[in-house]
Order: sequence, then C-alpha cells, then structure tokens
Amino acid sequence: MMKLIKQFMGGSWLWAIAAPLFMLLEVMMDLMQPALMAEIIDIGVARGDVAFIFATGGRMLLYALIGVIGGLGCVVTSCTAAVGFASRLRQQVFSHIQTFSFGELDKFQTSSLITRLTNDVTQMQQIVMLALRLMVRSPLICVGGIIMAYRLSPALSMILAVAAPVLLGGTYFLIKRAMPLFMKMQTKVDRINEVMRENLLGAKVVKSFVSQGHEKRRFGGANRDLMEWSAKAMGNMVLLFPLVNLVMNLSVVTALWFGGSMAIAGSLETGKIMAFINYLIQIMSSMMMVIMVSMGFTRAQVAVQRLNEVLDTESGIKDGSFEAAEDPAEDPAEDPADGGGYDIVFEDVCFRHEQGGEWILKHINIEIKAGRTVGIIGATGSGKSTLVSLIPRLYDATQGRVCVGGRDVRQYPLADLRNKIGMVLQESILFAGSLEENLRYGKDDATREELEAAARDAQALDFILEKEGAFAARVEQRGRNFSGGQKQRLSIARTLLRRPQILILDDAASAVDTVTEAKIRQAILRRMGSCTLIIIAQRVAAIKDADLILVLNDGAIEARGTHEELLMSSETYRHVAAAQLGEEVLSHVC
Amino acid sequence: MSADQKRGYAAIPNRTVMGRPRGGQGPGGPGAHLVREKVKLKDTKGTIKRLGAYLADKAWLLALVVLFSLASTAVNIAGTRINGIVVDNYVAKGDGRGLLLICLGLGAMYLISSLFFYSQARVMITVSQNTAVKIRQDLFEKQQKLPVKYFDSHASGDLMSRLTNDVDQINMALSQNLSQFFGGIINLAGMLIAMLLLSPLLTVISLVMIPFMFLITFFLSRYTRRVYISQQGQLGEMNGYVEEILSGQKAVLLFSRQEAARARFGEINQRLKKSAILTLIGTGTLGPIMNLINNCTYLIVAAAGGYLIVKGHITPGIVFSFLIYMRNFARPINELSNLFTTIQGALAGAERVFEIMDEKEEEDQPGAIALTGVKGDVAMEEAGFSYVPGKPVLEDCSLAAAAGTVTALVGPTGAGKTTLISLLARFYDPDQGRITIDGEDMLSFTKDSVRKNIGIVLQDTFLFSETLRDNIRYGRPSASPEEVVEAAKLAGAHGFIERLPEGYDTVLADNGDNLSQGQRQLLSIARVILTRPAILILDEATSSVDTGTEIKIQKALMELMAGRTSFVIAHRLSTIKNADQILVVDGGRIVERGSHQELLAQEGFYANMYNSQFRSGLVMQCSP
Repeated sequence: MMKLIKQFMGGSWLWAIAAPLFMLLEVMMDLMQPALMAEIIDIGVARGDVAFIFATGGRMLLYALIGVIGGLGCVVTSCTAAVGFASRLRQQVFSHIQTFSFGELDKFQTSSLITRLTNDVTQMQQIVMLALRLMVRSPLICVGGIIMAYRLSPALSMILAVAAPVLLGGTYFLIKRAMPLFMKMQTKVDRINEVMRENLLGAKVVKSFVSQGHEKRRFGGANRDLMEWSAKAMGNMVLLFPLVNLVMNLSVVTALWFGGSMAIAGSLETGKIMAFINYLIQIMSSMMMVIMVSMGFTRAQVAVQRLNEVLDTESGIKDGSFEAAEDPAEDPAEDPADGGGYDIVFEDVCFRHEQGGEWILKHINIEIKAGRTVGIIGATGSGKSTLVSLIPRLYDATQGRVCVGGRDVRQYPLADLRNKIGMVLQESILFAGSLEENLRYGKDDATREELEAAARDAQALDFILEKEGAFAARVEQRGRNFSGGQKQRLSIARTLLRRPQILILDDAASAVDTVTEAKIRQAILRRMGSCTLIIIAQRVAAIKDADLILVLNDGAIEARGTHEELLMSSETYRHVAAAQLGEEVLSHVC
Repeated sequence: MSADQKRGYAAIPNRTVMGRPRGGQGPGGPGAHLVREKVKLKDTKGTIKRLGAYLADKAWLLALVVLFSLASTAVNIAGTRINGIVVDNYVAKGDGRGLLLICLGLGAMYLISSLFFYSQARVMITVSQNTAVKIRQDLFEKQQKLPVKYFDSHASGDLMSRLTNDVDQINMALSQNLSQFFGGIINLAGMLIAMLLLSPLLTVISLVMIPFMFLITFFLSRYTRRVYISQQGQLGEMNGYVEEILSGQKAVLLFSRQEAARARFGEINQRLKKSAILTLIGTGTLGPIMNLINNCTYLIVAAAGGYLIVKGHITPGIVFSFLIYMRNFARPINELSNLFTTIQGALAGAERVFEIMDEKEEEDQPGAIALTGVKGDVAMEEAGFSYVPGKPVLEDCSLAAAAGTVTALVGPTGAGKTTLISLLARFYDPDQGRITIDGEDMLSFTKDSVRKNIGIVLQDTFLFSETLRDNIRYGRPSASPEEVVEAAKLAGAHGFIERLPEGYDTVLADNGDNLSQGQRQLLSIARVILTRPAILILDEATSSVDTGTEIKIQKALMELMAGRTSFVIAHRLSTIKNADQILVVDGGRIVERGSHQELLAQEGFYANMYNSQFRSGLVMQCSP
C-alpha cells in the first residue's frame, strides 16, 4: 500500500506533509485543556483567585482558537493531498488500461475494471485522507495523553499499563473471531442475491413451469441460512462496545480510588485526579479510533491489490517501428494498379492465450491477395474470430507470423496498422452522443456526403432519416435506444467511412435480416472494389460468393475452396449448406 | 457489513461513526453523513407505520431493548454523579475506607451497566434479523406474483438493488441505528436531567453554545449540499464515461482512439478533482469547528465552575461530574444527527421496497377453473396487444391450429412474432379479441393451469444454479432419475452430461455459464420434454449456435414436436417447409398464411423473403 501511495502522492507531497503538522497543532492544543482545567481547580479555586480563574479561562480560549486553525489547516491540506493523489491514480489507471489489448481486456472483465477505477480509487482516497487525519491524530492524542498523564502522576499512569493491553487484546480477539464469520456471511448474501437474480431474469421460465413454490422454498432456505450466519457474526461484534465501555469505566474507578487515596495522603491534588481521568478517556477513545481505522485499512488492502493488478499488467502488444508509406487511403485507385496493395499472409501461425494453454489456432497457412473476398465459416469456438484478430494485432501470434503488405504486422506502429484495417465485431459498440458523432468515430473529418454514403451502403440511412433530427439524433449509452440490427448497421457504416484497405466483418450482421444483409454485402463490394474483404458468418448465404472460403474446425483449416468446390470436397460444408439452404443445393452439385 | 461495503463511497467514515468512540470528535467522523444525498420521502408516516407492523409481533422484545438501554444509561449517569460525590465527600474528607467501598460499588454498577448494554444489543440482533428475513421473504414471494409486464417495464438492476441493497439498509437501520437512536435519546434526556439536577446555572451556561452549533451546522450543510450535488454530478459523469468507454474498449482499440479517450477522461477527472476537494473540505470543516465549540463550552464551564466554587455556590465534585456529563452530552447530539440521515436513507429504502409490495399482482379472472385433459386445438380470434397504450404491437391477429399440427411463424425482426407467442403462453393477455384452447376462452382457466399445459423453449435459455438433474426436472420435480436420463437422451443432452466429471450432479454456475449455448439449449429442451405439455412453443435459435449443434438441436426439437400442437418462430428452411401452416408476420399483423408451396405461388412477402434468404448460388448457375 505504501508503494502505491508513494508513487501517486507526486505533486501533493507538500500538502501531505503539512496535514499532520497542522494536526499536531490541533492535538497539542486539545491536550492542554484538561491540564489548564486542573490549574483552575488546584490553583485558582484553592487560592480563591477569581482573576486567575478567568485568566486561565482566557488561555484556554486562546488555545482552542489556535487549535481550530490547526484543525482547519489539516482539513484543507489533507483533502487537497488525498484528492490530488486519487485523481493522479485514477488518471494513471485509466491511461494504463488504454494500453491494454484484447488479451488483457479479456483477463480483466469490464465490470471489474470499472469498479477498480471508481470504487477502489475512491476507497484509496478515503484511506489516504483518514491516514492523514485520524491515523495522525489518534496516535498523537494517545502518546500526548500518556505524556501528559505521566506528568500529572507517574503512579496513576500505571493504570494505563494494565487497561490498554486489555482493551487492545480484547478488541483484537473479537475482531479476529468475527472476521471469518463475516466472510461466511458474505457468501450467504451472495447466495441470496443469486437466487433473487435468477428469479428476476428467469421470471418467464419460473412462470411457464409454474414453479413458484419450489423457488419460494429455495429462497427461504438461503434466507434462513443468511439470518443464522449474520446473527452469529454480529453476536460477536456486539460484545465489543460493552467491553470497551466496561474497561474504560473500570479504569476511571480505579483512577478514582488510587488518586483519591493519594489525595487523602496529601500527595496529589483533587484537580489533577479530574484532569487525569480526562486524559484517560481521551487516550482510550483514540486507541479505539486506531483500531477502527486499521480495520478500514485492512479492507483497503484489497483495493490496493486490485489496483496494482491493473497497473502491473503490461500489454505484450507494442508499436513496431516500420513507418508505412504514404497513406494509400487517400488514393485508393493507385493500389491495385501497382500491385502494392495489402496482401495478407499467414505463415504457419499458431496461437494460444497463455503458456501451456490450449492451442486456439494450429498451423494456419493462408495467402489472401489484395482485393479478394474471403469467407470463413466454422463452429463456435473453432477459432474464427481469433484468426482475424491477429491481422490488426488484437492478439499476437504465438508462433509463426502474420504479414500484411509483405511485412510482419509486428513491424508497423499499431495505429498505422489499425488505420488500414476496418473490423466490425459481432457485438456492436456505440457510444453516447449523436448519431453523427458515432459515425465520425470512423473518420473525424468526414463530409456530410461521405456520412450519408456510408450510411446508405450499410443500409442504415433509411432508419437514420426516420429518426427525429436524423444524423443529430441522440444515441443513448451503448446505443440502447437502437435495435440489435440497427446497431450492427451503424457499426458497419462507421467502419466503411474509413475506407480501410482491409475490411473484416466478424459475424457483423447476425442481427440483420437476410434481405438487408445481402444488400449490405453488395453495397460493400460496389463501394470498396479494391479492398480486401474478410467475412466471418454463420450463414452460408453470406459467404458463398466469396473468392475463397475457409472451413475452420478446432483451430485448423479443415477445407478451403470456393462454394462449389467445397460442396464437393468438404462434408462439413455440405452439411451446413444443406441444413441452411435446403437439400436441393446438393442436387445441383451432381 | 455487507451493506456498508456496497455503499462503498462513504464506507470508511461510516464505520468509525457506527462504533461509539467515546468523547473524541474525530474530524473524519461526524461530517461524513452530512453530505448523504437528501432523500425525498413521499409518505414518511405511512412507511414507518408499515415498518412498525413488521416489528409488531416483536413488541415485547423491543420493550426489553428500551428497558435495557434505560437501565444501562441510568447506571452510567448515576455512576458519573457518584464520581463527583467521591471527590467531594470522601477525598475531601479523607475517608480512605469509605473511598474503597464506594469504588467497589461503582465498579459493580459499571459491570451491570455493561451487561445491560450487551443484552440490549443482543436482543436487537434477534429482532432485526427476524424482521429482515420476513421482509425479504415477503418481497420475494411478491416478486413471484408480479406479471411479466412488470419485468418488461422495470430494469432488473433497479429491482435487484431494491431487493438487496434496500433491504440491507433497512436491516442495518434496525440492527444498529434503531438501538443507537433509542440509546441516544435516552442518554440525552438522562444527561440533561442529571445536569439540571446538579446545577441549573451551569446547565444554562453550557447550553449557551448550542444555538451556535445549530447555526453553523445549518449554514455549513447548506453549502456542503450544494458542492456535494455538483460533485455527485461529476462523479456520475465520470462513472458513466468510464463504463461506456471500457465496455467499448475494443472499438477504441480498433479505431486507435486511446489518446482521445485519455484526454476526455483527464478533463472529467480534473473537474471531479476540483469539486471533490471543495466537498471534502466543506464536510471536513465541521469537525474542527464542532471541536472548537466543544472546547469553548468546556472552558466556559470550567471557568464559570471555578468562579462558582470560589464563591462557595458549588463544590468541586459537582464541577467534575458536570464536565464529564458535558463531554458525554455532545456525543449523542452528534450521533443523533448522523443517525437522522441514515435512518432517512433506510426509510427511503423501505419506501422503495413497499412500492414493489404495492404493485398489482397477476390475477385470474373470477371463477377461473383449472385446465385439464387438453386436446390441443388452439385459436386466436382478432387478438390485439400493446405494451404501451396507443402503440399496438399486434393487431387483429387470427389463427387456428388443430391439435397436433405445427404452425411456423416467420417474418422480419420486430414484426411481433415473440409477442404473439407470449400471448399464447399467457405471459400477457390480449387487449382485444381472445385466445381459445379446445374452444374455450383461455381467460376462463387459471393462469397456472394453462402454463402447465404449455411447454416453452425460448431462444435465450435460462437455467438455474442447481444440479443438471434438478434443472431438467425443473417443471416436474417428482420425476425419477431414470425419467430425467430418458428426457436427456431424447433431447440429445445425455452424451455431454455423461462426459462431465460429475454428470447429472454437476452444479451449474451463473445461468449455466460453464456450458455452451448449444448445450444450454439442449437442456432447456430436455426440461420441456419431461413436462409432457400438450401445446408447445418454440423460438428457434439463430446464429449464436454452430451448425453441428444446430443439427442436434433440430433433431431434439423434432422429437419434442411429435404429436403436439406446436408454434415455432422458425429460421430454418426445413422447419418452415415441414410445417402444416406458415404464418407470415409483419408490422404486427399476419400478412400471409398457407403452406410453403402455396405461399411461393402467391409471390408475395414470403416468396420474396425466401428467394433472398435461401436462393442458392448453384440454383442460379444451373439454370440456363
């Protein structure tokens, strides 16, 4: 934890150092109060000196005022330091996540990254602030109180030597015993939430099977279980405060007895007994504070771990150094002519996510000439998406190499490479904003004509124009105000706008009805005559016209060829085609 | 603890306040609650009344709690007074033996007080836990009775949070805050009485600062609320941005937009930083200022007390007791003001919970009877339906399906196919027209009995976190293990289940996340097979399943449909061709109907769709 704090306190060091100093001021002033009160009683009252009493009262006021300056100073400095720290930490975590590639994104789930960036960072901010205030204040009061108490009466201070260990030990014991119970309780809470969630999400299933009774029993069981465990866990914790109360009160009584005896013997003034008891209470409550805050620290430790996990993860995919020649996108006509287009070559490519893991791709060899259309088909989990992900370097090949335009993809600067490649994923990702902003994500400086053309080709123009405000229409977060098919068409339009050299459609029209899908495909071919097109699809109809079709099975290319060739050569392909297009497909082969 | 963690943001300061740190007014503590968003309560009285109803049968336990805290407080207060008497009567008079005796007596009193304190907390746990269990169970059972329409119009995240967070908050309020609240009030009253008894003059003097306290709190909290709201706004903006960008991180990568994202985040982060500092300083200020006020009161009482002693109006022991009372007096005031906000939060939670409890339940028509001995003739007569009044999703739909026939529904997405089968399944009832089973209006039967006779396989399957066996016999828990295996075999799921290390005893995680989509589908088919429904409703899976599994599923479905009146939202040509009738749905109406050949001959919507979807390259090549 300290490492993290050190690393990100950065420009806030001065604030962070000032905070405890201010706090020291406040604590010192606070600690003076009981001693001054003792003086009022032992000197002012004993001598009947009213002027002294008021003078001392005035001094107490002065100290109180100085104290509040210290207190306010500490608040300002500690807040500034803690917030500065948190905002630096947050920025760094976010920036670091931006360097992640698909591999790292898969490893951390999105929701977990979000809680790390928000809750965990906020928790760190709280902890830093507490550390700068309470963790300074309480030990200071504790030590200062002990010193003051000792100065008042060394003999009486012995009470502290007994009471403090009892208090600390008892609390420690209780907390230690309760923690596992709370942990267990948490699993019961999770279980309740699980059953609850299932019943919310699966409400239709529960209703259609008329199984409400069964669900009631299931929930009831989890519910009672939770009650039992929370009663156990809390039953332990409720001992804490009565115990603390008791220890404190007994110490006070003991101080009273010892102090009283000493006063009777004439070795201690009455006022000092009162002041001592005051210090006693201050010392013990600050000890409790320390315990409470340490409990908070233990929990923050989890946040620290989770943040470090993100910060320590390095993306394996880094920029290459080769600068690609002039951006051919500016002059698309030139490419096919001089043959300098971006051929794609896979040379004995193997891929797996981690060392020792299962091979996702096995010895893939492909050559795709620029300007061709390639279809890829295969079962879920056969490696189709992974295969195409290697082209824009969303992952790097574990063995072998992927070349684009005659060069290993690892030689290009990432942005360069990815700007040449347009990839549309099955899950369409839209951002909150206007439709136009979303489309311009593909190309910032696109003209209105370009926007419309891309939308038209993606068969999205009609529904865009139907929206109120057309291109200015609002897109909600994640585009939830659009249907699945509309979102997919918008993502396609966005990518078309870039006029990439290589266009990859990863099952990108699965929610679009077949008529529209066919139209999109035709429009793409018309629009991007010179571009290499790679289509992953579940529907045979979407790829059957491709120049080359790859049938993927279990990470390897099982068959390749055109539609007609595959109908004859590949049994898998024949099966799929027959199931989707009808048996008559086969009759035409023979 | 759990609720505390979920609240996250204010978690730590909460914790320090929750415990009863004696005397010390840590600057981190008291302010923290001040900023909690002010919640608007609609009907505080009613909510408290309803909560009270839950506590009613625990009334005598609650009385016990009050009694215990009364006793514990009284002993504490008396103890403090006795401290003062000790100073005056024994120390001052030099009575050593008396001092020892009275100190022993005091120790015993404190011990008893702590015992009361403990018993009170203990009883409160019983009360609060029992109440939370009851509320949770009631809420769950209520949820079971809500109509499907309710789930459509309410985000599941919001419901979930009501069912968990809000109940937790009520639980917290009951288990901790309520007894603190009692304790605080009893303490306050007791302390005030004791102070008045001790010295009315000093009491008046010590209360001088109270108006300042209120004034400062008032103005400070007004300022803080303002900055807090702006901070919450910024925090919300940031959370929103982070969530959106990270969920779409793959797009950011593909379009090389990392720099832009970083810059935008930096902007929001800076804004948040500014308002966070202001907010925290605003809340933090309260601590030192309260401390100042406390110290001022302390010194005023000390000085005035000293003066009064000199003048012979009171004894040192009285001043001594008084000073301790004063320290203790400030604490419940701080605590109560903190509690006020938490309790308000809990009441708001309770209100949200009761809102669900007040929702209209799914009801059968009066006089509805159980549907038995179904033959399987289903008809829809001019049925219409809308989710939102005025925006019909289905209009004027009529169909007739004879027992044992297959009806295929085809049409573009959003045409109303899913709504149509939802009406057949009685998830909704039609707004117009009627649906009949064996010639009788479906409404004349109880919902449960109708659903029992209808089996449904939905496109997105839903499984439960139980064993595979329990999942398969979900619709008929009485099924024997042999019957389960047989159903799994018919559905083609037996093979993969056998290959799992724990076979049928495998416990599914999170909606069967440990299975593939296809396997889940097979299980949901097996589940329906076992219920042997007379009528079957299927939503064929589309692209998410690979073709190999698809063929398997297809086979299982054929098995299932044999001899049953079936309605299928069809995507596969083979299903469509083999159907007894095809209904083409578009724009909420049935636009065409007939067999495959008949519809092709019509050369209308269906023919058009068929040609574009299933037109084979080879067909074109081979035709001259």
